[in-house]
Order: sequence, then structure tokens, then C-alpha cells
Amino acid sequence: MSVNQQIVADLVSNNVSFVTTVPCKQLAGVIELIDKSDEIFHIPSNKEDEGMGLCAGAYMGGKRSAIIMQNTAIGVTINTLATLIQYYHIPLPMLISYRGELGEPVACQVEMAVHTKALLAQLHIPTYHFHRSEDVHELDAILKHCYMSKKPVAILTDASFWKGA
Amino acid sequence: MIRSEVLKQLIPVISDQLVVCNIGLPSQELHMLDDQPSNFYMLGTMGLASSIGLGLALAQPQKVISIDGDGSILTNFGTLPTIANNVADNFILLIIDNGSYGSTGDQPTYAGMKTSLAAVATACGCEHVVECRAEDAADTVQAALDSKRMTIIVCKCESGNIKVPVIDMDPVVIRDRFMKEISKRNA
Repeated sequence: MSVNQQIVADLVSNNVSFVTTVPCKQLAGVIELIDKSDEIFHIPSNKEDEGMGLCAGAYMGGKRSAIIMQNTAIGVTINTLATLIQYYHIPLPMLISYRGELGEPVACQVEMAVHTKALLAQLHIPTYHFHRSEDVHELDAILKHCYMSKKPVAILTDASFWKGA
Repeated sequence: MIRSEVLKQLIPVISDQLVVCNIGLPSQELHMLDDQPSNFYMLGTMGLASSIGLGLALAQPQKVISIDGDGSILTNFGTLPTIANNVADNFILLIIDNGSYGSTGDQPTYAGMKTSLAAVATACGCEHVVECRAEDAADTVQAALDSKRMTIIVCKCESGNIKVPVIDMDPVVIRDRFMKEISKRNA
């Protein structure tokens, strides 16, 4: 099973049925599979804070939700994470493409990469870094941990990880 | 007519509906006028009332009314194409458009100048956009509820505020109470 298939399978087996996405090159494959999945309602959003609002609403309506986005979005969503997702205790898995790591061709991506883990740590968001393709096997436990604790959880996925997609 | 008077007029129509209410004075006014377990008050995060309401409407069958403001819609403009392209016929977005950022001291918004939110919503692809006068807000929302079609209402009213207490309910209590009410209605 490819990394992309494993991610979608884990989302489905954890009853995640509402996923919003803002695209990134590294995420194109998984977004395509989510869009095709019959068990997941896929709603693209225009900005990641908007997406978190959609996820919060879906969660309150009884659906487990998740967001797929790029690490640059951490800069966009800090207020939403603090005053909506964390303040109201809403579980939110964030599958994040970790641009700006080894193998990155675009210099500007490094500028947010150097802040990504520090910002997540400052927000006290449990953070997992997928570097090798086998790291995907931790996703199931991370999703369970997220819904158990009713917290946002970050899964950073770098270019080395996606080589296995 | 100012926003608090619009809300007062709306209470008989929205009291028993699921309502996601915008941050600041709108939530404080609704809380003071008619606190209900079916109300979700936003204590932070300007701009997301419409997104939360759409997510909720797409996730379950009860009708959902998001009470938003012109300033908040301008903050989260990307919401209108998302709403237009993900039609939920149990969703009503009520934009109370007083042409100002009411909660921060009535600074003017562009919606009170050249920008028409109804025209923007239409251009974004929203199929059922209604602009109404403040005096007609209750009838317009009732008609939208009866129509069983996703409706965007832009209700034009005057700028101005009344004194209202802040909401001292804990956010988790607001969310838990709201979710239990939704589960009860969907049981």
C-alpha cells in the first residue's frame, strides 16, 4: 500500500469523514485520493483558517474532521488554533506538508520551515515528524490520540517522506 | 434600526433554530436577548461564523443559521466561493450589514462604501441571494427557512451599539451544550 493509500485508509478506519484541503505539490496525490473516496466528504478551502472553521462546524455536527495543508499555513492559522480549536477543545488532525526541508528546491520555503516547529511548540500542539515512508504507520495512533485528547495535532511530512508516496 | 434591534426582531424566528453567531457584540446581544442551547457563540476568531455554520450544515440535517457581519465577511471573503460551490440547503447565512466594524468602535467598512456584499455573493456563485431592509429581517429569514434552499441574506441596517455584558460562559460549556442539543435533535 502506498503512503497516500495508507493515509486515506487510516482516516477512513478512524471515521474521519470530513476533510478540508489547501493544496501543496507534495500533497497532490493524497488530496486526489481523498477527493475520490466515497467515505470522505472533501471540501477544498481557500485559506486554512476558513478550513479550520469548516472542520469545527463539522465536528460539532457529529463528524470527525481533518485538515490537509502546507506548513506556511501555521503562519495563517495561529489565531484560529488558539481561539477556536484550542479554546473550545476541538480535535483537529492537521496533516501538513513540511516544505523547506532537505531536498527543497524553493529557497523561500525554508523561511517558514525554520519557524514551523517553534511555532507549534509555542502553541503546545502535539507534533509528529514523518521523515521516512514507514513513519506513516504511526498515523493511526496519532489520530486516536487526537480524538481522545480533543486537541489539534500536527503531522509534519517532509520531502523524504513523500518520496515513498 | 441598528443590529441589536434587528436581532430582537429575529428572536421569535430563530430562537428554536441552530444558530452560529459572530464574535463580539452580535454574540453578546444574542446571549442577552435569548440564550439557548441551540446557540453557538463565537468568543474569538473573527470571520469564521459562516465557515463554522457551513461545516455544521454539511455534517448533519438540521437547519443552521450563521449570523455574520459585513466586517467579518470581508475578513473571510474566501468563504463565499466555498459556500457557493458546496450547497447545503439547510444553511442560511444572514449578514447583518451595518457598514461598520461595530465591536471595535464603528469604524466604516468597505461594504458601507462602494462594495456590495450581495453582488459579491452572487458573483461567487451563490444562487439565492436576498438583500433586505432591517425592518424586513424576520420575514426574510422566515421565508428562507420555509424555502428549504441555501440562502444568503444581506440585511442592511444602521450602525450603532447598545451596552451589553460580556459572555462569561466557558467556551467548552458553550460547545458541549450546543453539541448535545444537536445530537438530541438528530436522535
